[in-house]
Amino acid sequence: MSQIADQLRDKLTKELKAVHVEVEDTSANRCAASFKALVVSPQFEGKPLLQRHRMVNTCLAEELKEIHAFEQKTLTPEQWEKQKSQ
Amino acid sequence: CSATGIKKDLAEIVKKDKVVVFMKGDPSQPMCGFSNAVVQILRMHGVDDYASYNVLEDQRLRQGVKDFSNWPTIPQVYFNGEFVGGCDILLQMHQNGDLVEELEKLGIRS
Repeated sequence: MSQIADQLRDKLTKELKAVHVEVEDTSANRCAASFKALVVSPQFEGKPLLQRHRMVNTCLAEELKEIHAFEQKTLTPEQWEKQKSQ
Repeated sequence: CSATGIKKDLAEIVKKDKVVVFMKGDPSQPMCGFSNAVVQILRMHGVDDYASYNVLEDQRLRQGVKDFSNWPTIPQVYFNGEFVGGCDILLQMHQNGDLVEELEKLGIRS
């Protein structure tokens, strides 16, 4: 796991009170620094997808300047449980 | 100056067509996997008639559209002048059925 990935995970955990975060460094498959994140936070509850993604983008605004590609999935704890059981 | 100019231009561009995509490359030749994903999803839903703008051809547009939508990445999709999201959001809307509904609102049967 790269240092940046750790940094992204720490920040998401702290600022979005995420209960689960997975960050994958996908730079090897892409042309430049790339990451893929799964963020599970109760703060996403009742919020539409666009707003959830904006929360993640805002949280990582500084880091995203240096990142060329960023994929994200945003789930509430309830949605995550459901997805795990599938 | 140019910064306010492009903002005004963009406000008009996104309203000109029902579906507007800012991407890398063009639909016949996407230059990035994420832009390609958006093109493929729209194709799957039978959306053929949309406006696409290649940000690789215009640095001012590339930065301008990010500032306009307050969204850090390309591609960007707009329906009826409103920002919908990037590739991840379109993909999730495709998977959960929301995209069919949104397209119906635009009068597009997928």
